[in-house]
Amino acid sequence: MVAFASPGFDRMTVTLFIPCFVDALFPRAGIGMVHILERLGHKVVCPAALVCCGQPAFNAGYWEEARPIAAQTLDTLKDAEAVVIGSGSCGAMVKKFYPQLFAKTRREELALQVAARTWEFSDFLVNKLEVTDVNARFPARVTFHDGCQGLRELGLKQPPRTLLAEVRELELVEMSEAEDCCGFGGTFAVKFPMISTAMGEVKCASALETGADYIVSNDASCLLQIQGLLSRQGAKIKTIHLAEVLDQQ
Amino acid sequence: MTGNAKKFLREAWRMTRDLRHRQTVRTALENNEIARNQRQAAFQDWPAARQAAAETRWEAVNQLDQHLTVFAERIALRGTKVHWASTDMEACQIIARIIQTKGARYVIKSKSMTGEEIRLTQALEVAGFEVVESDLGEFIVQLRHEAPYHPVFPALHLARGEIKELFQRELGDVPSDSPEDLAMAARSVLREKFLAAEVGITGANFAIAETGMISITENEGNARLTATLPKTMITLLGIEKILPRLEDLALLMPVLATAGTGQAMTAYNTLYGGPRQFGENDGPTEFHVVLLDNRRTKILADVEQRDALHCIRCGACLNVCPVFRNVGGHAYGATYSGPIGAVLMPHRRGLPDWKHLSEASTLCGACTEACPVKIDLHHHLLQNRRNAVRKQVSYLEQFRYDVFTSLVNHSLVWSLAKKSAWLAWPLHKIVKGTVLDPVRAWSRARDLPPVPRESFKDWWRTRK
Repeated sequence: MVAFASPGFDRMTVTLFIPCFVDALFPRAGIGMVHILERLGHKVVCPAALVCCGQPAFNAGYWEEARPIAAQTLDTLKDAEAVVIGSGSCGAMVKKFYPQLFAKTRREELALQVAARTWEFSDFLVNKLEVTDVNARFPARVTFHDGCQGLRELGLKQPPRTLLAEVRELELVEMSEAEDCCGFGGTFAVKFPMISTAMGEVKCASALETGADYIVSNDASCLLQIQGLLSRQGAKIKTIHLAEVLDQQ
Repeated sequence: MTGNAKKFLREAWRMTRDLRHRQTVRTALENNEIARNQRQAAFQDWPAARQAAAETRWEAVNQLDQHLTVFAERIALRGTKVHWASTDMEACQIIARIIQTKGARYVIKSKSMTGEEIRLTQALEVAGFEVVESDLGEFIVQLRHEAPYHPVFPALHLARGEIKELFQRELGDVPSDSPEDLAMAARSVLREKFLAAEVGITGANFAIAETGMISITENEGNARLTATLPKTMITLLGIEKILPRLEDLALLMPVLATAGTGQAMTAYNTLYGGPRQFGENDGPTEFHVVLLDNRRTKILADVEQRDALHCIRCGACLNVCPVFRNVGGHAYGATYSGPIGAVLMPHRRGLPDWKHLSEASTLCGACTEACPVKIDLHHHLLQNRRNAVRKQVSYLEQFRYDVFTSLVNHSLVWSLAKKSAWLAWPLHKIVKGTVLDPVRAWSRARDLPPVPRESFKDWWRTRK
């Protein structure tokens, strides 16, 4: 853990963007992020107007409907020093797709600026703060599931693993299909429930093969899908967000 | 919802429940992935090879008019007859007329997805010709009266036992279901067909502009027999198959083999430059090349999705696609299935009828990552969704997103919504999974997590 009182420490004001479904369904993941960022000595703010990135409408093709949501988010983040998003897919929305959504509009420049100042949580710790050890202890065997957008849109294969490697008493066992999609895909999960479920079943089987106690991910939406299936199957393995693991002392 | 979409949903329900199919395909494609990864690792720098391959294809496609003209001129110099077909029907007519002029009845065919695209075999059969597929996988699916399941592995979905049963029923006794015995059984039939055939039809992997040559890549040697035994050879290919230079093959051939079958190189790689030349003792005496547009120029005109023409039909995007793996190649109801099919079909047959394939994706991006010529596949699916809404908006869906927007853009309304969800949560247990369940599509096979009383934002507010 970085000693924040050390000389040269740059105390930042971090605007933490807890996406809508994490806010409503996985509050502990958000709380974990606040704890960790504060323990590292940074000031955390969570503006009330930051609720959703607009991805559901955007991914469904309803760009006009997504724009007011994205605009409110962008305007709220206008003066933020650093933005941390607690989800790889919402992170990809802000970093990669906002500039497309606002291309040739008056917010294009703002979208590009905010994109450059926005980080997914694990990316922020490892690549911006250069912190790999957050002094966590989690005595369990875990396997890590890569959320697709964090993995492929943002290229975040390594940061979560770097962080997990430093957690005391934690053993990481990779599953054979760690990079395979869990089948959530937002509205895809209810528009094509049979494909979504089949994909999730393959994922769960792959995770169960590792004999892990927990499936960890930096994307809560994947955990919603995986946990939903495992709970119905009555499987013992549990799901947990990366931030919750890192928050365990 | 269109008929195609309904059919896709029906097939998706059927196939995702078929656990034997899931296992067969998973095992086959996992083995393919292992081989592919090994071959990729053998490249000094696979990402750089991909980049170079993508740039070569970009160059070919973005100067298609010039390369095509050069190709047609040069291959014609050695006595090849070049035909231009604007549509599928026109291509079928051209080919049928050539066969008719030869007074032929028996046609042998090697693998061609472009042939599938224009339904060539069916058209020729209707015209009274007997057409036999000489590729083993294609031969198997032809016997089953099925379309190929996959562009590279047409019979990927079948276990060896099923193929043995099929051969026994259709061809006579087969000693075992070993690959050797199965191949021998097919070969004994096919040899006769090769010798009887008066016309051979092939596809093409590439057309080399610089030298005016057709490049064909295969593992069985059947395409060579198809191209050399009959007196007349016809090659059908899409106009996008152009490569500017002969030396481009040095990169594209191993890239295709690696991405497609996980081989360093396929077993047989042949260049065809024309019919039998003066002084040569073998090869066809007549050689026809049919260049097909069939809406490829429409894709060319679409700046955003033009790179879809880079496709070298390796099948890598299907192999890694979790949707393809679970619904299988036939569920798409299209010649080109998987991610590339979802991108190509709207161009070929219209977005309204084929947008469902773009919706049937989590946008996971495994396809884009696997594509050896860097087609931006999953982002094209996203663009298709946007284009579909622009073309024909669903008012119900639009209303839903409008409601969603006002929900998340007003923090007070959002708080109330969360509270309501918390209050409704115990009630949901009563109707869970029944027809009364508003989220039945989710809860049929999955549980919902309990809605916590205190949301993150509640916690944050009380903490301050």
